[in-house]
Amino acid sequence: MWEYAPAPESRDIANLKPSYRMFVDGEFVEGAGEPLKTVNPATEEVLAEVSTAGREDVDAAVKAARRAYDRVWGRMPGAERAKYIYRIARMIAERARELAVLESLDNGKPIKESRDVDVPTASAHFFYHAGWADKLAYAGLGPDPRPLGVAGQVIPWNFPLLMAAWKIAPALACGNTVVLKPAETTPLTALVLAEIIQQAELPPGVVNILPGAGDVGAELVSHNGIDKVAFTGSTEVGKLIQRSLAGRGRKLTLELGGKAANVVFDDAPLDQAVEGIVNGIFFNQGHVCCAGSRLLVQESVADEVVEKLHARISTLRVGDPLDKNTDVGAINSGEQLARITSLVEAGEQEGAEKWVSPCPLPEKGFYFAPTVFSGVSQAMRIAREEIFGPVLSVLTFRTPDEAVAKANNTPYGLSAGIWTDKGSRILWMADKLRAGVVWANTFNRFDPTAPFGGYQESGFGREGGRAGLEAYLDV
Amino acid sequence: MAAPSTTSTGLPPALADATRDESALRRFLHGLPGVDQVGVEQRAAGLATRSIKKAAKLWAIDTAVSMVDLTTLEGADTAGKVRSLCAKARRPDPERPEVPRVAAVCVYPDMVATAAEELRGTGVGIASVATAFPSGRSSIKIKIADTELAVESGATEVDMVIDRGAFLSGQYGRVFDEIVTIKQACGDTHLKVILETGELSTYDNVRRASWLALLAGGDFIKTSTGKVSPAATLPVTHVMLQAVRDWHTQTGEHRGVKPAGGIRNTKDAIRYLVAVHEVAGEDWLTNSLFRFGASSLLNDLLMQRRAQLDGHYSGPDYVTVD
Amino acid sequence: MSDRLSVAKTYKLYIGGAFPRSESGRSYPVKDARGTFLANAAQGSRKDVRDAVVAARKAFPGWSGATAYNRGQVLYRVAELLEGRREQFVAETAASEGVAAKKAQSTVDAAIDRWVWYAGWPDKVASVLGASNPVAGPYFSFSVPEPTGVVGVLAPQASSLLGLVSVLAPVIATGNTAVVVTSQDRPLAAITLSEVLATSDVPGGVVNIVTGRTAELAPWLASHADVNALDLAGAPESMRAELEGAAADTVKRVLRAKGAEPDWTVQPDVSRLRAFLETKTVWHPIGV
Repeated sequence: MWEYAPAPESRDIANLKPSYRMFVDGEFVEGAGEPLKTVNPATEEVLAEVSTAGREDVDAAVKAARRAYDRVWGRMPGAERAKYIYRIARMIAERARELAVLESLDNGKPIKESRDVDVPTASAHFFYHAGWADKLAYAGLGPDPRPLGVAGQVIPWNFPLLMAAWKIAPALACGNTVVLKPAETTPLTALVLAEIIQQAELPPGVVNILPGAGDVGAELVSHNGIDKVAFTGSTEVGKLIQRSLAGRGRKLTLELGGKAANVVFDDAPLDQAVEGIVNGIFFNQGHVCCAGSRLLVQESVADEVVEKLHARISTLRVGDPLDKNTDVGAINSGEQLARITSLVEAGEQEGAEKWVSPCPLPEKGFYFAPTVFSGVSQAMRIAREEIFGPVLSVLTFRTPDEAVAKANNTPYGLSAGIWTDKGSRILWMADKLRAGVVWANTFNRFDPTAPFGGYQESGFGREGGRAGLEAYLDV
Repeated sequence: MAAPSTTSTGLPPALADATRDESALRRFLHGLPGVDQVGVEQRAAGLATRSIKKAAKLWAIDTAVSMVDLTTLEGADTAGKVRSLCAKARRPDPERPEVPRVAAVCVYPDMVATAAEELRGTGVGIASVATAFPSGRSSIKIKIADTELAVESGATEVDMVIDRGAFLSGQYGRVFDEIVTIKQACGDTHLKVILETGELSTYDNVRRASWLALLAGGDFIKTSTGKVSPAATLPVTHVMLQAVRDWHTQTGEHRGVKPAGGIRNTKDAIRYLVAVHEVAGEDWLTNSLFRFGASSLLNDLLMQRRAQLDGHYSGPDYVTVD
Repeated sequence: MSDRLSVAKTYKLYIGGAFPRSESGRSYPVKDARGTFLANAAQGSRKDVRDAVVAARKAFPGWSGATAYNRGQVLYRVAELLEGRREQFVAETAASEGVAAKKAQSTVDAAIDRWVWYAGWPDKVASVLGASNPVAGPYFSFSVPEPTGVVGVLAPQASSLLGLVSVLAPVIATGNTAVVVTSQDRPLAAITLSEVLATSDVPGGVVNIVTGRTAELAPWLASHADVNALDLAGAPESMRAELEGAAADTVKRVLRAKGAEPDWTVQPDVSRLRAFLETKTVWHPIGV
């Protein structure tokens, strides 16, 4: 009866260029690698051509970072470093709208999310870390903690700008220089960040950005000229990196996959729990390492919760990422869409009960309708493997002990959710859950002051907060 | 504890049980799931970012106009004031006859007769406050008399206030009985129950008071008298919309919601309509199930309507003062 | 070429976000380091101090309730505007303190950088000074630092800008609100600073600035029952014991001054941040 008219954000604001170049030693230069074409997953059209790094480019970037570290950045007083990083934070805020629209075009996430979450949080990360640059003596890591040197960083496609901020900000604050490779399918906002870095007059070579595919990342993390490797991405690749660096003495942090349990007790504030479950798995189309992809609901309220979930999920608007009313955007790539589809098929074959949102889907583009599997057991693939898509698996439990056992029964350990009105139970569960981030009566909250990272195969090391500084200091 | 007059026979057992006596009512109300403040406020804020443009916006404006209970509740009200309010209610924009009429006017009981005379045959309702509005601090005898005055003078709707003192001290049975009694005094006249959410203070209380009012037979639950701040807010209205939706799921009956006070402009009104749409559901996008208690809102709706249709911003000289 | 006459500035108080004259109607001449007349400053009265405390109290819930991130952003904005007014501050500092232009410039630069240093603290204080307490029982216990309330600050007498910034920024970074009695002989930088505060998103009442005679105003601030803490940085040595005594009647937290005015160019530690914080410890059982 009441159709919301399309409310598209203007595409022009993204200032899209036909081609983008690498950022090395303070300049935008052509790379020797085969240029890649980055695609808008909502329409499958090519957005721009992006120059990629060849082997020599990686080498040049690392050398530039080394020079900048030795001659300029590594010697610069923290108070001066701070002021550069503050400038970057403020400029991200100034160019917020442009970055948000570009992010949605390149990644497929709804403009509502890039505008309200990704971009402001990225700015906040720079702002927060700027303030640490001249206060490292107070971080609890010794009276004068020193940087490591040159950091090689590889980031994923799910939060392109935000992941760049999570990597670059603490590295710079601690006095390191950076060579960063954005993901193959989402290089654009990192390159606009490079523009901002240039406008902020950051000394050349302090930050270098090398677009490219997995081969560039491999080249970077194994380069002898770097002192520190930071990787966020799949557990599979994380293990490869860890193995390749074995015995080579380089400091490493990994932020990998997850299969988080969102635990709902019978005394949960139900309507907000439903919101939290929905946010947990459908925010960013489920492309979130800490997604609440397993709903563990107490059996006594399971039917009620699932019914409310179906009703609520049916109101989610799936469509054009640039439409301000879109709740769930496009899947980032054809490859990812195929992976999700195949795992969902497995779920059906293994006997779980599938429910799919009746929402209309656009005809073009990579889209997947929000899906809920009920009657899932721990042994099913959809309960064990990370789907990285808008698919929720629902399992039940009877007692708190059982909830803990099931929640922990995974090699992953990134995050978990707890929904209950009882404070002591929140604290008891938080104590027992083997997860690096525990959200109680909320989900997907991120803040630069709050350390983020996982247990076990979800990786090691933390980003954000005082604990996050350790990764970039020689301590 | 008095049995609700109209609905007890149709209620599912769990709900009928709840009204058996005061302790059953307390167990039921305290057994309702809690409301997490941060969670509900976040959801309300998230929905408030919906961008409603063009045809959707025009529809929303016209619908909002049709949902206004055009209100004057001042000590200084006179027959003259009420008459001009009624004229505006019948024809909100004198130059645009296609603008819908408002749903009702809302006045004090002793002004109802004047309003009734002006609005006879127009389809605009006459809502009257009652039960020692706004404080609700008086005897049940006075509250009944207040209601009877309104009904006998021609009110088609009665907006009663609950006894907040009784509610906050846990005397749920007393609050329940009063609503049942007033509903009886209303006869066929439609009853709205004002919870005065600003005084109830917590969302948990708003949920409990909503269910209490629904169990007691209220046709509408209403947020506020408009005399206390905060009056209506989006999160409070979310909680009440969820209550009527859950009521419908359990009983099949549609009950209405009315936020009142503090809704000043079209942008606010549209946010409320989005909440109605996405929390309760399409069924509630009608003035028989949703109202705005407002006075200055109407002029802003009319100005925005003109802006949409004329293609340029309007001004206060192009709408009438009451 | 004709000489152009400048428009002389009137220096008023800064209270509750506005710039009133002293309710006493008094003013006093401010001279530069060589004795040349610079301007008339308002000579604040005890009633001005009283009004400032009321304003500071009113502003406290909002300011202490703002997120640390928000406070940090507001403070950083102040630094942006200080930078914009650098020339004005340099001129004022050179005149008031009788220093050469180059020294004035480095003093102003230090003041701006000092402010930036403190702008980066609000969102870190809790991680550095707070703790989770490993109590010997099934309880989750944590301690958080909270601002104490309204802080009365006697600003340094000699260092009119750098010293002022060094005492004021830590007070408000942690969420307190401030009533500042400025340097008696060198008050002008404080008023120019308040113009910066008024135009930089700092809510009215968070900082209140009263110029005038220190000996007249300080006792009223020290004894005021609605002031929670007292910074004696600018108190003349002869008055310090008396002021500390007056503060004792309401158990104010007192930050003492040691000896003569310190060298404000020295990088501070966190003691000024700690001075006006209360530690709140919370316990909650852990169990199903």
